[in-house]
Amino acid sequence: MGRSESGRPDPDALLRHAAQEGRGRLKIFLGAAPGVGKTYEMLSDGAVQRAEGRDVVVGVVETHGRAETEALLRGQEIIPRRAVPYEGHVLYEMDLDVVLERAPQLVLVDELAHTNTSGSRHAKRFQDVEELLAAGIDVYSTLNIQHIESLNDVVASFTRVRVRETVPDSILDMAEIEVVDIPPDELIARLKAGKVYLPREATRALTHFFSKSNLSALRELALRRAAQAVDAQMLDHVRALGVGGTWAASERIVVALSEQPGADGLVRAAKRIADALHAPWTAVFIETSRAQCFGEDEHRRIAAVMNLATQLGGVVATVPATSIVDGLKAYLTDARATQLIVGKSKRSRWFELRHGSVVDRVVRETPGVAVHVLPLEAPPTRNDRPHIRSPWGSRSGYAWTTAMVAGITAIASGLFHVLDLGNVTLLYLLPVMVAATLFGLRTGLFAGIASSLAYNFFFLPPTGTLTVSNPENVISIIVLLGVAIATSQLTARVRAQADIASSSARTNAALAGFLRRLTPLGDPIELGRAICEDVARLFGLRTVLLVPHGGELSLQAASGKGYDLETMELAAAQWAFDTGAPAGKGSGTLAASDWYFQPLRAGDKTLGVLGLAKEDGGDPLRADQLPLLTGLVDQAALALERLRLEEEMRDVDAVRTRDRLRQALLSSVSHDLRTPLTAVIAAADQLDHGATPDLIATIKAESARLNRFVANLLDMARVEAGALKLNIEATDLSDAVTSAAHDARRPLEGHPLRLDVPPDLPLVRVDPQLLHHCLLNLLDNAGRYGDPGTEIVIEGRHLFGHLRLAVLDQGPGLPPGREAEVFETFRRLEGSDRIVGGTGLGLAIVKAFAEAMGMSVEARNRDDRSGASFALIFPASLIVRDVAQESVS
Amino acid sequence: MLARVLVIDDDAAIRRLLRNTLERAGYAVVEAVNGRDALAQAAAHHPGAILLDLGLPDRDGLSLIPLLRGPDSGVLLVVSAREATEEKVTALDLGADDYVTKPFDTEELLARLRVALRHRGTSETTTKIIQKGDLTIDLDSRTVRRAGEALHLTRKEHEVLAVLARHIGRVVTHERIIAAAWGTDEDPRIEYLRIVIRNLRQKLEAPGPVGSVIANELGVGYRLRSD
Repeated sequence: MGRSESGRPDPDALLRHAAQEGRGRLKIFLGAAPGVGKTYEMLSDGAVQRAEGRDVVVGVVETHGRAETEALLRGQEIIPRRAVPYEGHVLYEMDLDVVLERAPQLVLVDELAHTNTSGSRHAKRFQDVEELLAAGIDVYSTLNIQHIESLNDVVASFTRVRVRETVPDSILDMAEIEVVDIPPDELIARLKAGKVYLPREATRALTHFFSKSNLSALRELALRRAAQAVDAQMLDHVRALGVGGTWAASERIVVALSEQPGADGLVRAAKRIADALHAPWTAVFIETSRAQCFGEDEHRRIAAVMNLATQLGGVVATVPATSIVDGLKAYLTDARATQLIVGKSKRSRWFELRHGSVVDRVVRETPGVAVHVLPLEAPPTRNDRPHIRSPWGSRSGYAWTTAMVAGITAIASGLFHVLDLGNVTLLYLLPVMVAATLFGLRTGLFAGIASSLAYNFFFLPPTGTLTVSNPENVISIIVLLGVAIATSQLTARVRAQADIASSSARTNAALAGFLRRLTPLGDPIELGRAICEDVARLFGLRTVLLVPHGGELSLQAASGKGYDLETMELAAAQWAFDTGAPAGKGSGTLAASDWYFQPLRAGDKTLGVLGLAKEDGGDPLRADQLPLLTGLVDQAALALERLRLEEEMRDVDAVRTRDRLRQALLSSVSHDLRTPLTAVIAAADQLDHGATPDLIATIKAESARLNRFVANLLDMARVEAGALKLNIEATDLSDAVTSAAHDARRPLEGHPLRLDVPPDLPLVRVDPQLLHHCLLNLLDNAGRYGDPGTEIVIEGRHLFGHLRLAVLDQGPGLPPGREAEVFETFRRLEGSDRIVGGTGLGLAIVKAFAEAMGMSVEARNRDDRSGASFALIFPASLIVRDVAQESVS
Repeated sequence: MLARVLVIDDDAAIRRLLRNTLERAGYAVVEAVNGRDALAQAAAHHPGAILLDLGLPDRDGLSLIPLLRGPDSGVLLVVSAREATEEKVTALDLGADDYVTKPFDTEELLARLRVALRHRGTSETTTKIIQKGDLTIDLDSRTVRRAGEALHLTRKEHEVLAVLARHIGRVVTHERIIAAAWGTDEDPRIEYLRIVIRNLRQKLEAPGPVGSVIANELGVGYRLRSD
């Protein structure tokens, strides 16, 4: 490894450091056994902190009535415990919420390994502690060595006492550890003096526990574990800073799991080895065709072992393969593993002779991998053997085989005069091969035996007896049996491969199909619905999708008709969302919820939570379904993320377009405001030398132009802001035209205006103010682009159900083929010489206003090519039907 | 000497322009720059006419209208850059005699002021016979003559014309016309008013551009021209 590499800070370690910032610090008082004085030590340390001015409270402490300990509690602030009714008793648990609300700097929490009463937020007290740490509160806690997960079975092996309450090693790795140590003799003396509290019913069982040899071993374990934690933290620190070259050797450890009892021991061993080597480790389950014959027990055991591996910090993988050895070999190569841990079951020698030992083959076929073989230690129970599909085959198989053998015998006897004895043997191969192929090994063997018996009895001389006179005929019988065995083996393997292939094909097809359905969906509601429906269908579950809305999780979609979630479920969902870890039924957190919640994570963001529940309220998922669910959830999260990014892109695009428009507007505004202003100012200056009609006309015309322009800017701002408020009322077009003609008299100066609007046109339902602005702009446009002195016409026509109001000018007209473009914002038609000033804002406003009122606009050249025609088209829906005569007379 | 006019506007240029225009036309001018000032000036000078800008620095001009209008106060014209028709209607309903939108034509402003002053002191014209060009409208006998020849008007046409004639020269809002001609119980609709106005114009106006007798005020109402 080069120097530059060795000096590089490890990003993972840096991340861990970063994650620690803002978190509380955990200090564990670790003891080898009960009675060493952990609680006392913790309380005195807490008292010192309090004396130094820190805000210290006692979350929960068991004094077991010891006077010295109780004395230390005096003067401390103790958070009252929460009463939890449980099966007729009342139990007292630490009140997590009160502590969180009280938010001290340091809280003392005794017995880290304690299991909370069911119905508490977390199953375990160490999870409470994790929440406290996450809230930035420092925690002091106590722990005995035998409660550490990875040491659990080591301790059990020599003390013969197995404790069920365990704490994951990861907790220790982030904690400061203080070993509370007294020599074994002293502890035994204290025990004898009755100074050690033991539960009464456990006293006798525990007496053995306190032997001197046990205590010495426990003490050594505690010291070693503490040293290891310090070592790990030191290494982390060194890596984070990138100092020194002591990188962990690139060991990778794989532990092969099996469905057999005792596999949990393998996982713990793997954790220990991995810790000692500072190496990453993976627990892998090779899924072969056997897995399809597993019963509930096997599935549950695999799930438990995988959970354990995850808890201990390992990566979990399931690999489908035709055989355990092949799958393992492939995985070891892919993972570039250096060490493999396998269990060796205590199988009979006969079993190994027949099947060969998996371990031996692994050792032989994976050179370069160190293989640890550990005995799978667990008392075999009656249900130990997997419920494998009966190898004896079905009854109907035997019936068919018998029928076939009988049939062949009949055919052979019929043809016996044309066949020789050898050919008869060949005929008997037929039922053997068919039976072996269709019904498996034993039925095939049965066919072989039946065939040889029939052959012997009916055809071999002496016929009618089961004796064999000729040694050649013995060979025929052996061949028949051999064919049965070979055929059935071959078929079985082919079938197994096909089963595995179809199983992983199903998984892949499910994933691919899921992805295909999600990809085209652009609407978050539809996407959520598709996710829920698909996951529900694939697993036969109820599903819900919760996403954050304004800081709170709310239901986005659900399978079926949707479900109501209770407070407990919502709490679990919120927890899963906040922490990014699964919660609810079947997980370690808020397991009292009926639903299991899996966070949807993309990158470091949690986008939502997928909830799963079984109709009957059971555990929603089996362990072997987890890999598929994880795959689906990842895809779903990616799809949600894609949608979010697309939305962001759209926003960015919209902002960009708006920006471009604003830029164009600003540049044209400055031009269009300055030009008339310049004219006005210049003309006003000239007035000093005497007013001429010319100057006055200029001032008036340019001011009017400015006024129109400002009005248009205001209108455009209203349109852009979406603040267009319509005041629709029945309007007489002759009024509208007259008002417009009156207000547009300035820009139309020099153009005779002809109004060709029949007085009997029907009324239209529009906003008169907006219509007025439309007409003003059209007249302004005609005055500007019409040839000087030419007539401008306003023409109203009622045609084919709609009404058309057009402004006609005489001039160069519009460039053919680009007529509609004149209505685009800031479009001044290049290619025509019609650039007489103006931003083109006016026509854009005409279009925006007209469309807001439900009308359309049209620009074209006049039929006789004498100029342009701009029309407002009122569809039939805007036209007021005839008014009842009696209402107006 | 013509009436004294109170000009209420926070913009000095507009006040100067109005002062010049009005003084040239023979009016005496008093100025106020905000609402408080306006109320003080109105109390001190009893102006015959008030030109009120709605956008004042210290309070909304609309809220000033009821305070400035009293039984014996002068006429009140709103002069505002605000274009919303609801605001115009509100101003008229609160008691303004007319409104002019900025930027305004000074000649038009003077004309509106003249019309308003002609009918000063009364919200409705008391004369029963109204003469306009060759039209004679007799409100009592409900007859309309053009050049001495009687015109036949329907009942609704007559009622609409009557309410416009009583406010000759001034804007009457759609609501007020409808209330006067149709009452409130007949599901009155603005379509009816449009049709009646159209029929009235056909009977009263000479051929040519519409609005020579009854002028349209965009989105606000109608006005019977007094000139």
